[in-house]
Amino acid sequence: MASDVLEKGGPRAHDVVPTFTVTMIVRRFDPEVDNEPRWVDYDLQMHGTDRVLDALHKIKWEIDGSLAFRRSCAHGVCGSDAMRINGRNRLACKTLLKDLDISKPIYIEALKGLPLEKDLIVDMEPFFDSFREVQPFLMSSSKPKDGKERLQSSEERARFDDTTKCILCAACTSSCPVFWTDGQYFGPAAIVNAHRFIFDSRDEGSQVRMDILNDREGVWRCRTTFNCTDACPRGIQVTQAIAEVKQAIMRGKP
Amino acid sequence: MTVSIETPRAPRTVRRGGINWEKWGWIYMRVSGVALVVLIFGHLFVNLMIGDGVKALDFAFVGGKLSNPFWQWWDTLLLWLALIHGANGMRTITNDYARNNLVNLILKGAILAATIVLLILGTLVIFTFDPCPAGAAANLLPTFCSAG
Ligand code: HEM
Ligand code: SF4
Ligand code: FES
Repeated sequence: MASDVLEKGGPRAHDVVPTFTVTMIVRRFDPEVDNEPRWVDYDLQMHGTDRVLDALHKIKWEIDGSLAFRRSCAHGVCGSDAMRINGRNRLACKTLLKDLDISKPIYIEALKGLPLEKDLIVDMEPFFDSFREVQPFLMSSSKPKDGKERLQSSEERARFDDTTKCILCAACTSSCPVFWTDGQYFGPAAIVNAHRFIFDSRDEGSQVRMDILNDREGVWRCRTTFNCTDACPRGIQVTQAIAEVKQAIMRGKP
Repeated sequence: MTVSIETPRAPRTVRRGGINWEKWGWIYMRVSGVALVVLIFGHLFVNLMIGDGVKALDFAFVGGKLSNPFWQWWDTLLLWLALIHGANGMRTITNDYARNNLVNLILKGAILAATIVLLILGTLVIFTFDPCPAGAAANLLPTFCSAG
């Protein structure tokens, strides 16, 4: 039956998808050969349904297999492929080519502010270090009632819903000008993930995290630039979450 | 299955008491910012909009204002709040860009010194200003100079 429909149906989907030529200018860096990163152009024939990630695949699979970038899920879930696309931090797998200005070249480069390893790959360890430092796990000294689950009302759950969506892509942290210049700053993502537990009614470690973020390099470094909110592929209100943590620290409780 | 961990990865040593300068600096920028909106726009409104507007500005106008305790305190508040606000902002920017420890220290020392000198000089001028210097032409002075 399914094949019936397929055969009788009109033109197959990809026949009607418009194609166009895009120029991608990718900032390449091979630490074994290059002293400095260099910009390399690629002209590609792409479909209207293609994303930046598809264009990178086309380069890697058909033009130059040495192009290095991270990706895993290809659907905005794993957070592997955050990069600078036309100067803005975006997930390559969630950025459609047709939404960019394809009459001009598209510039692709690695995230800024983290050590460049190769092509579009940066060292994520400094990012994960500050994530670890806010102790992003449920802290509790009590056993759940009846040995089952820790109950929470839907209002209590809604309090931190926004910050549960983080996929640790580092788009926010590496878009932050304070993070670029201050190597010690925790960065937005760590604060977002602290927020997720500070405002969780089941958690008992809020005070510990608030003390950590009350530090010299903690929330007070934030200058409310909103770059992080603009960068977040999950639409998390990052700057607001940081402001809420500031408020909580001033109050002394969540 | 749920696990209860008493203290997983013992929390790192918490802030060592004392004043949290970063926090109070942050609060100061907002509190002084709100006060500055009133003080600065009040200042601009009275000096530039009311009456003859900008044409009214001369020695007599300034001398008159600086003889009035209300404006003396307004200007003092404006001076201290804005100067410390600006200096703290410059300290932040210095920390952003001056990565070298020595350069950083020199720049912040210069900001601190300039702030202290300007605060003292400014306050001195506001409270010791003589609106009726001897020997000046009367038509350049505030009207109350010739009254007494
Ligand atoms: C209209 C009144 C003003 C308001 C409401 C205001 C507000 C603020 C706030 C809230 C900040 C902190 C920004 C942040 O860290 O997120 C700030 C920073 C700053 N302010 Fe003001 N301010 C005012 C007037 C002034 C004046 C008169 C000066 C100069 C004397 C000044 C100089 C600075 C500087 C240098 C910074 C640091 C900028 C930075 O961190 O990049 N401000 N201001
Ligand atoms: S808050 Fe958003 S931008 Fe930042 S790491 Fe999480 S998902 Fe990425
Ligand atoms: S590849 Fe997983 S988020 Fe883009």
